Amino acid sequence: MTALEIDALSHHFGGLTALSNVSLAVAPGERLAIIGPNGAGKTTLFDLVTGIIRPSAGRIRLFGQDVTRLPTHRRARLGLARTFQITTLFPRLTVLDSVLLAVQGLDPVRFTVHRSRERYGHLRERAESLLADWGLADRARQVTRQLSYGEQRQVELVLALAGVPKVLLLDEPTAGLSPAETASVVEMIRRFSRDTTILLIEHDMDVALDLVDRVAVLFQGRVLAEGSKDQIRSDREVAAIYLGTDDA
Amino acid sequence: MTFWITQALNGISFGMLLFLLAAGLSLIYGLMRVLNLAHGSYYILGGYVGLAAMRATGSFVLATVAATATVTLVGIVMERFFLRRFPEQELPQALLTFGFLLIFADLSLWLWGGTPQTLPKPAMFERSIRIGAIVFPTYRLFVIGIGLVIGLGLWWLQEGTRLGAMIRAGVDDAEMARGTGVNVGLLSTAVFAFGAFLAGLGGIIGGPFVGVYPGADFEILEMALVVVIIGGLGSLKGAFVGGLVVGLLDNFGKALFPELALFTVFAPMAVILAVRPTGLFGAR
Amino acid sequence: MNARVASGAVALAVLIGLPAVLSSYQLSLLTKMLIFGIFAMSLDLLLGYAGLPSLGHAAYFGVAAYTVGLLALRVANNFWIDFPAGLLMAAAVSALFGLFALRTRGSYFLMITLALGQVLWGIAFGWRSLTGGDDGLPSVPRPRLPLPWALTEGVPFYYFVLICFALATGLLALVVSSPFGQALIGIRESERRMEVLGYDVWRYKYVAFVLAGLFAGLAGNLFVYFNGFVSPSYLNIVFSASALLMVILGGAGTLVGPAIGAAVIVGLENLISAYMERWVLVLGVIYVLVTLFAPSGLVGLVRQRLGRSRA
Repeated sequence: MTALEIDALSHHFGGLTALSNVSLAVAPGERLAIIGPNGAGKTTLFDLVTGIIRPSAGRIRLFGQDVTRLPTHRRARLGLARTFQITTLFPRLTVLDSVLLAVQGLDPVRFTVHRSRERYGHLRERAESLLADWGLADRARQVTRQLSYGEQRQVELVLALAGVPKVLLLDEPTAGLSPAETASVVEMIRRFSRDTTILLIEHDMDVALDLVDRVAVLFQGRVLAEGSKDQIRSDREVAAIYLGTDDA
Repeated sequence: MTFWITQALNGISFGMLLFLLAAGLSLIYGLMRVLNLAHGSYYILGGYVGLAAMRATGSFVLATVAATATVTLVGIVMERFFLRRFPEQELPQALLTFGFLLIFADLSLWLWGGTPQTLPKPAMFERSIRIGAIVFPTYRLFVIGIGLVIGLGLWWLQEGTRLGAMIRAGVDDAEMARGTGVNVGLLSTAVFAFGAFLAGLGGIIGGPFVGVYPGADFEILEMALVVVIIGGLGSLKGAFVGGLVVGLLDNFGKALFPELALFTVFAPMAVILAVRPTGLFGAR
Repeated sequence: MNARVASGAVALAVLIGLPAVLSSYQLSLLTKMLIFGIFAMSLDLLLGYAGLPSLGHAAYFGVAAYTVGLLALRVANNFWIDFPAGLLMAAAVSALFGLFALRTRGSYFLMITLALGQVLWGIAFGWRSLTGGDDGLPSVPRPRLPLPWALTEGVPFYYFVLICFALATGLLALVVSSPFGQALIGIRESERRMEVLGYDVWRYKYVAFVLAGLFAGLAGNLFVYFNGFVSPSYLNIVFSASALLMVILGGAGTLVGPAIGAAVIVGLENLISAYMERWVLVLGVIYVLVTLFAPSGLVGLVRQRLGRSRA
């Protein structure tokens, strides 16, 4: 069974075609990079898979279940998580409160109205152990927007991991980071459980090829090439696009 | 038959007045994302200042100039010194403009008292014309004419001029417009002032048949809001179509079901909201 | 948290003791402050926690007040029927309006909550045979409860309102500290993120909308008993906007702040109206000043002070 199956997916808006007939299949535990120049449709693909926008045509399946019409939060409960290119954290909440929200999101008590959250010790334990695991324990009481950009990215990854996702979509996790910050984020991703299927959008080819098993190249809304790292490295068409238009 | 034609013409002329008000409201929202709750105040300010000027000079034209100039100035001050500080923040904008609504309402009550006033019509539109059994005041036709002229003018401004192109660019993406050298700050003030001007003009034009009175500011604001909810915020076409729809609904509602008057306007609004939350012509 | 419980207990003790020192006029003013405090806190649940700026919150207050008033006058002055009916109507109307309003956000949300509120105002104003139109419903009687004290007296009625106020504050404090309330804060900060984390955002907002309507209805119930009179002006935009002002003035998202904001506005109105006719003008200026100089409210200002002196 595939973890994520994207079947002939298209998305049009206005008169523009953002994605056209894209098909991809990712096996459980596999790590796939999606690369391509700006405007190739990478983030649109993630928005479609998470249900933030609806496709014009095509199907999306998670572990065999058709989720094309499912709202975003229902997909999250099936084990789908993502990060955003533009950080959309909770800027005015503390890191701990943010992680608590992430932990609570897939917990049965998330809709409880009549008891204080403090009474649910298991949420707090889980949030604190996550922060400790990822070296952010000393940031727990700080307000998110006061963290460095690199730390905010790490918090974002922790939020995505809180629900123990089966499929994780990472949208340019190292964009805008210094080399040192990039290294620590890459190190973090490398430590993710091998059971987690990962799709990674990455502008930095070295980072991408370092982290994944397989690569798909998107260009002008289509899958231009797909294959192992070596196949993609030696693909002349891909090289042409990257030499010609890569502005990162 | 006479009843229907007379009421339809009344509805259309009221609709044109609503169009003047809703067009400004909509234009301001489209460019600056500001919901100006003081827009109805511009109507009564225009009406009261116009009335005072007309009593002083006896000239409809001078009264129009005085009223629109005053209201335009008020609009410029509100935009430059107050609203500008809160870009893209709907709540502070709402509180500010509502504060101004109360200030203008109470100042008007203080200065001009609580008695409803009607502005005199310009002498040349005092008469009525008779076609068969239908008697219709020429002033109402004049209002319809003004509405059409301003509608066409606005359409030309928006579609056919460089200014219009700049406004459209600003509506789509203020950042991008700034990048291409449009002075968005100045443009915002100009659009706000122009919206205020239209509303002030509405006060002069509506004064002779709707009148000015305490509470007219709220009623006009409400009606204009219903127009933009139906037509879609930010759309000129929406303001025009919505104005006509609401003007007609209001007139026939009042004539046919006086107890449910407001309901005949609000019920269709609720239906449109349920089907298309952003209105007939609003961007999604 | 314990400091909060302690200060709450002190505040409650003061409120319990105040009738001993206040004149009957001052006590009635304090009663009104508590009722409007409930109203402001109910809006804070929407505005301060879920981030939904409603400009039509008077609708639920007014519907409850009219329901209780009409039942008490025309059917029976039976507390056990009238009071729940008021709450039920407020919740039902907010459940209906929420379906429309929550399809939108930002300025559209403001505009649509305003327009929906005005629909009710229009009905109260136009349907004279039922609502009395502009003249409102006069002489609504206070309820008779099987108590040794009559609620027609100022002091027992004050304690009745105080009990409701304490209950409402306690319940709302529980709601905002619950997983549900914390999720509302998350939604206020980033709706999209919450969806991706598995939250059915619409459902949270809808429940918050109905709860806010329910508590506004509680305030409306108490108010019509307190005032003995309700008119369309308790349904309209001016009243809705004043609730927003109370919330912002006190401090959105702080729960007790809006109750303080309500007390300040009620107190100022009373004070200024005693000396001059231009209260509306002053109120307009307060809107402008609060927006310009106290956007995070009185509670926010105090916290800034404390933060600064600590640092």
